[in-house]
Amino acid sequence: MLKFTEDHEWLKIEGDVATVGITEHAAEQLGDLVFVELPEVGAKLDKGGEASTVESVKAASDVYSPLAGEVTEVNQAIADDPSLVNSDPTGAGWFFKLKLDDAAAANDLMDEAAYKAMIG
Amino acid sequence: MDTTADLLKTPLHSLHLELGARMAGFAGYDMPIQYKMGVMQEHLHTRANAGLFDVSHMGQILIRAKSGNVRDAALALETITPVDVADLKPGRQRYGLFTNDQGGLEDDFMVANRGEHLYLVVNAACKHDDLKRIKAALSDTCEIEAQFDRGLIALQGPAAEGVLSSYAPKAEDMMFMDVADLEIAGVPVVVSRSGYTGEDGYEISIPAEETDRIARLLLSDDHVAPIGLGARDSLRLEAGLCLYGNDIDETTTPVEANLKWAIQKVRRNGGARQGGFPGADVILSQFDNGASRLRVGLQPAGKAPVRAGAVLFAQETGGEAIGTVTSGGFGPSAGSPVAMGYVPAAMAATGTPIFAEVRGKRLECTVAALPFVPSTYKR
Repeated sequence: MLKFTEDHEWLKIEGDVATVGITEHAAEQLGDLVFVELPEVGAKLDKGGEASTVESVKAASDVYSPLAGEVTEVNQAIADDPSLVNSDPTGAGWFFKLKLDDAAAANDLMDEAAYKAMIG
Repeated sequence: MDTTADLLKTPLHSLHLELGARMAGFAGYDMPIQYKMGVMQEHLHTRANAGLFDVSHMGQILIRAKSGNVRDAALALETITPVDVADLKPGRQRYGLFTNDQGGLEDDFMVANRGEHLYLVVNAACKHDDLKRIKAALSDTCEIEAQFDRGLIALQGPAAEGVLSSYAPKAEDMMFMDVADLEIAGVPVVVSRSGYTGEDGYEISIPAEETDRIARLLLSDDHVAPIGLGARDSLRLEAGLCLYGNDIDETTTPVEANLKWAIQKVRRNGGARQGGFPGADVILSQFDNGASRLRVGLQPAGKAPVRAGAVLFAQETGGEAIGTVTSGGFGPSAGSPVAMGYVPAAMAATGTPIFAEVRGKRLECTVAALPFVPSTYKR
């Protein structure tokens, strides 16, 4: 199941684990990333809480946790090479995996059609 | 925040939109922050090739002495700036500063001796205040003409000389900080060999109605790409150049800002025309006794950018704040984060460890020599 947030994150949900990244639209708006700060494995994140920071040449932006849960894995590859987020935001550029407190909460998020309608 | 409708437009506004620029308000103007290439590639293109920047938002001002002698205009200007204007030769330009009574900086600018008159380029956000300041001090002896609607294009990078010379062959003979009357495609323009990127290049002053045509002509050369204000900022930061309002402002003195070089000996204590500008007592005393803080380059040790506003500490834990970062970001040519800020004079030596607080963590930096990327001016 693929879901999206108003803050331009995507979630791929398999069982009670969500893989989280930023959308192609977000990656394009941010421009070439030069730094990614990932959450700690084991960190408990609230829905809408700060999960990660991404920085372009010009500015720093926050990435928020789309749902509540515990970080089970992070993608060290994007910390080593932030350009992966720009080149493949929905694949190799994923950020972290989250064990959801309540997998059913994902149902309230946007599907791809709703997200595409939002960004126009 | 200005709404788009309130923002002024430069003569290149429709060209920016046509080129797909991402626009934003800057100093009251709707300006291109970046084009399709993006900040990173625009930056690297300028250092490798040539970049064209719209800087028409900056203020161009002419000062003519009523006596007809440009030296009288220069001497009049020296009452509000600490730099040596009177000894500037015809066809030459230099960096200038407006000071206040506390020794702080009201603006920085470029001034050229154009033979018959002085030609100033001042910052966009300060231009109306600068005009008032100049009129208040110089109106008795000088005619002051603001050319705020005139176009100004910067062409910067190693290919700039070849590109401009193909239209105006005399551009090739100019040296860094020369200013000359040239002609591009039949349009008389005023060209200086200077800029704000650390690269060789030119700034070209053009009548408003011809600016779009000249910009398109220069962009038609394969070497030239349009560059937005985003890359302009990262380029000038790598070059160690101050941004007024960030690195220098009304509370920083030229000595604190490490701009002593901009005040020639003739205006310092013991010089033939020492003092005689606002804040001279404070500034000249700092020349003799030193300032308590200094602007320095800061090289972050890690990959995380350290940006303007980050608070500086002497140690990794505890202790009082010792200063602030005034400009910072990622340097695409440096390949690492780069920053500038103010630290106590005792901690200003190159190599001194300093810690910058970013998102609650103190990141290690060292005081670094400026510029971060060597300049390529044609001297």
